[in-house]
Amino acid sequence: MKTFAIGGVHPPENKFAEKQPIEWLPPSGTVAIPISQHLGVPAKPVVTKGDKVRVGQLIARGEAFISAHIHASVSGTVSKIDSITDTSGYRRQAILIDVDGDDWMESIDRDQTLISDCSLDAPEIVKKVHEMGIVGLGGATFPSHVKLNVPQGKKASYLIINGVECEPCLTADHRIMLERGEEMLVGITIQMRALGVEKAIIGIENNKPDAITHLTELARKYPGITVEPLKVKYPQGAEKQLIKALVDREVPSGKLPIEVGCVVHNVGTSLAVYEAVQKNKPLIERVVTVTGVSVKKPSNFMVRLGTPVSALIEAAGGMPEDTGKVINGGPMMGKALNDLGAPVTKGTSGILLFTQEETPRLPELNCVRCAKCLTVCPMGLEPYLLAVLADKRRLEECEEERIMDCMECGSCLYICPSGRPLLDQIRVGKNLVGKMIRERSS
Amino acid sequence: MNEVINEITILSVVSLGAIGGVAAIILYLVAQKFKVIEDPRIDTVEELLPGANCGGCGLAGCRALAEAIVRAESLEGINCPPGGNAAMQDIAKAMGWEAGEQTPMIAVLRCSGSRESAPPKVRYEGAMTCAFAHSLFSGEAGCPYGCLGCGDCVRACAFDAMYMDHKTGLPVILDDKCVACGACVKACPRDIIEMRKKGKKDRRIFVSCINMEKGGVARKNCKVACIGCGKCVKECKFDAISLENFLAYIDYEKCTLCRKCPPVCPTNAIHELNFPPRKPKVEKEENKVEA
Amino acid sequence: MRLLTVSGSPHLHTDQSVSKIMYGVVFSLIPAMLVSFYFFGLAAILVTLTAVVSCMAFEFVIQKYLIKGPLTIFDGSAIITGVLLAFNVPANLPLGLVVIGSAVAIGMGKMTFGGLGKNPFNPALVGRVFMMISFPVQMTTYPEPTAFSTRLTDVVTGPTPLTLVKDGVSRGVGISELMPQLPEYTQLMMGNMGGSVGEVSAIALILGGLYMLFRRIISWHIPVAFLGSAAIFAGIFWLVDPQVYVDPVFHLFTGGLMLGALYMATDYATSPMSRWGMIIFGVGCGLLTIIIRLFGAYPEGVAFSILIMNAFVPLINRAFKPKRFGEEVKNG
Repeated sequence: MKTFAIGGVHPPENKFAEKQPIEWLPPSGTVAIPISQHLGVPAKPVVTKGDKVRVGQLIARGEAFISAHIHASVSGTVSKIDSITDTSGYRRQAILIDVDGDDWMESIDRDQTLISDCSLDAPEIVKKVHEMGIVGLGGATFPSHVKLNVPQGKKASYLIINGVECEPCLTADHRIMLERGEEMLVGITIQMRALGVEKAIIGIENNKPDAITHLTELARKYPGITVEPLKVKYPQGAEKQLIKALVDREVPSGKLPIEVGCVVHNVGTSLAVYEAVQKNKPLIERVVTVTGVSVKKPSNFMVRLGTPVSALIEAAGGMPEDTGKVINGGPMMGKALNDLGAPVTKGTSGILLFTQEETPRLPELNCVRCAKCLTVCPMGLEPYLLAVLADKRRLEECEEERIMDCMECGSCLYICPSGRPLLDQIRVGKNLVGKMIRERSS
Repeated sequence: MNEVINEITILSVVSLGAIGGVAAIILYLVAQKFKVIEDPRIDTVEELLPGANCGGCGLAGCRALAEAIVRAESLEGINCPPGGNAAMQDIAKAMGWEAGEQTPMIAVLRCSGSRESAPPKVRYEGAMTCAFAHSLFSGEAGCPYGCLGCGDCVRACAFDAMYMDHKTGLPVILDDKCVACGACVKACPRDIIEMRKKGKKDRRIFVSCINMEKGGVARKNCKVACIGCGKCVKECKFDAISLENFLAYIDYEKCTLCRKCPPVCPTNAIHELNFPPRKPKVEKEENKVEA
Repeated sequence: MRLLTVSGSPHLHTDQSVSKIMYGVVFSLIPAMLVSFYFFGLAAILVTLTAVVSCMAFEFVIQKYLIKGPLTIFDGSAIITGVLLAFNVPANLPLGLVVIGSAVAIGMGKMTFGGLGKNPFNPALVGRVFMMISFPVQMTTYPEPTAFSTRLTDVVTGPTPLTLVKDGVSRGVGISELMPQLPEYTQLMMGNMGGSVGEVSAIALILGGLYMLFRRIISWHIPVAFLGSAAIFAGIFWLVDPQVYVDPVFHLFTGGLMLGALYMATDYATSPMSRWGMIIFGVGCGLLTIIIRLFGAYPEGVAFSILIMNAFVPLINRAFKPKRFGEEVKNG
């Protein structure tokens, strides 16, 4: 069975919500929709206080090349445009809407029947995806229309669909593949058409055998799409690692996957593309896993964007007494929340409630040079060295040691027996080196 | 026997002498070729500098500063925080130049969000470096401008002039040790530390807050935040206080240290340092008269 | 209510920790320990105990009174140093010398550099080599193995197989004539030969090594490179002249080669980080060991070769970086 070549770790999977069907969570109260839910330039609000909005209405325009439109996820009145603490840990601009009923735009086809025929050509698809504000739903929230637009002089030969879900605990993608498989496959054919590729490979780790058999069965009807089971190893869901595992090509340092003729999209994104192109539905909701050891009802919710995290926790049976940390995203790359009022955004794949005992930071000891960080680093870097160089602010050396290749998967910190905050220090180094490079080029 | 010894002696003397001679010539040629002509005054100036290599002047160290001084042939625009005026006067004397006055400066911490006045809402765990904590979240107390308390400034200080007060979670600057090198200012990811005029008798008045959020928001996180009410601006007769983005700032060039503004601040965000204690009664009367 | 914690990702951690790894190593040394207790009796137990206790005591004293830093004596690393030091000396070594050796190992070999992880040389080997040079007579008087004995004095001493060969060859006696004096290979593997406390039983050491490999405490690179290169290098000489150079199997199972390759060379702090670095390091150790054994003044060269290669570790770390992802562009 295939997997990527270097590094990787095996954290405990703990996929408690694996068997829980996706549940629709009705909107209520007030939702706060941040204007920056994607990678790139924040969108510009086009509504003002007091405006009535309907579900699916455009409320903020992403005007820059790397940006995305934002649509109202609920119907109601814009109560204010203010800064709220979002999942970034800081206060940032958001559009607050008081929910009133559930009044959808007429243009959106809310019928559940599958529409598999698509007559649009590539630029039309890209335009549609852009209009509907689709971004990568795997967590990086890179605007999808940019990815579907193959740059001049480049050619895509594979569309790779990421159904790996290598992060422990998360089950959102797994459920999408099981419940919305057919729609997702149509989404993939649409993406293939936009990219002009003949082949699409869905990579799924073999800890989801039901999804593998289900999709293999369905994919027979769709020419060019194959399902490839992968050996379980974190971080297989990272773009570069997934490409390496599936088609054995290595994306060069500092380059994008298109360099080796690949485009990677998440299964959730494919579903969103289907809904955007076939049903005219903007990205206004997503599947979020809410789970944890002591959570009463680990669940997968279909949530409107902007719903506060606390509402999700309530819906999953309330916050357990022993919660020590609330994480937005997966346990390996997610972000610990400092305010539970933070809203669900396009990048929220899960809300994890961990006890303090589950998420320990060991007391920091001397580095014993066990070289474990080096063995697990999927990018072949030397985390122990980068951490020291970054801490000493020896930035030129950091750059030489390819600190910018680090994708912050967290394998080094996960494995370190001395409890050294390797990734914390490397992140500081990455920030500073990035700044240095930008200053140099300007 | 003797002849043999003589022969050996002569041979070794001659051969070693020859080798030595050749080596000397090579050394001489190399020394000529790679000779670095250096102004001897650089050494003189360097000796008069403090030799801490703190980088406070903005150059790589004391040697670099000495080179810069000699190259510029003047002391204009040269700032050696630890050496201060005394060092500049010495150098000027040695070089036969005129030296301008240097205003003594000192680092000032513009945050009072201690554990008590800005109680933590979450707990931070991980690398004890502000640079990382800053990239992660707004801070334990929720103030995105406030001190993170991980001590990057304390580690940056080469003069032992700072320590972390573990009770308040804020760093403390020691007046008598701070040489205003500015290392802490650079180390702080939130620009909380400012270089300010040391002031007469070390007396200083400043707004101990840099929060630019609306008053209510700032106040929610911290009891001693500047809420931008503007009372101090009205109180100041010297036009030294400006209000921008809900934040008051006292211009130390214009401030006359009259002590009028600290009492009017509703959140006690304006700090006065090294003044004699106030007599509460007299203060009140004075205020009334002036009002 | 308890405050929520905020920290950078990842939010999970393995259940591995330094002390768990260290105690894992100690655990893996138990078979070798038992074999040595069987062959060398009470004396071996006493030497091991003394070394462990004095290593921990010296670490405690230095950390508490000299460095005044945090105490780490229970992280298991001092125990390993103690056990390995004891394994590297003859069982009948006076206990006073064991204490001196421990002082040098911990004081000079480890704490001078800042404690665990910062020492460039393997502490136990520093102690051993110090004693080897300072007390050559005591350090080379090896007791003959006997089934469990409680005698501490008047034990029968004899040469180790390596000394026998070295002396014999230097006197001009051929290997084939020496062979009858040497223990059989099965005996060598079991550990029924003269030697230091813990180095004699290859089987027990391999068992411990496999446990460490299984627990992923060590990787295979250093032991395989070390033993492999030693065997190949010794084999070349053996093929050239089997009368002067003894066969590679003999080399593998005698002296401290097994102990060195599995436990001393794989010491985290003093071995290279990258896999290729580890292999180069292992090969260097193997070559030097055989060179010292065949041509050096000492019959045994494992300790010296590892220490010499330890000195090269920073250079190896610089020269042999792990293979970076995306370095060679493959478009297949």
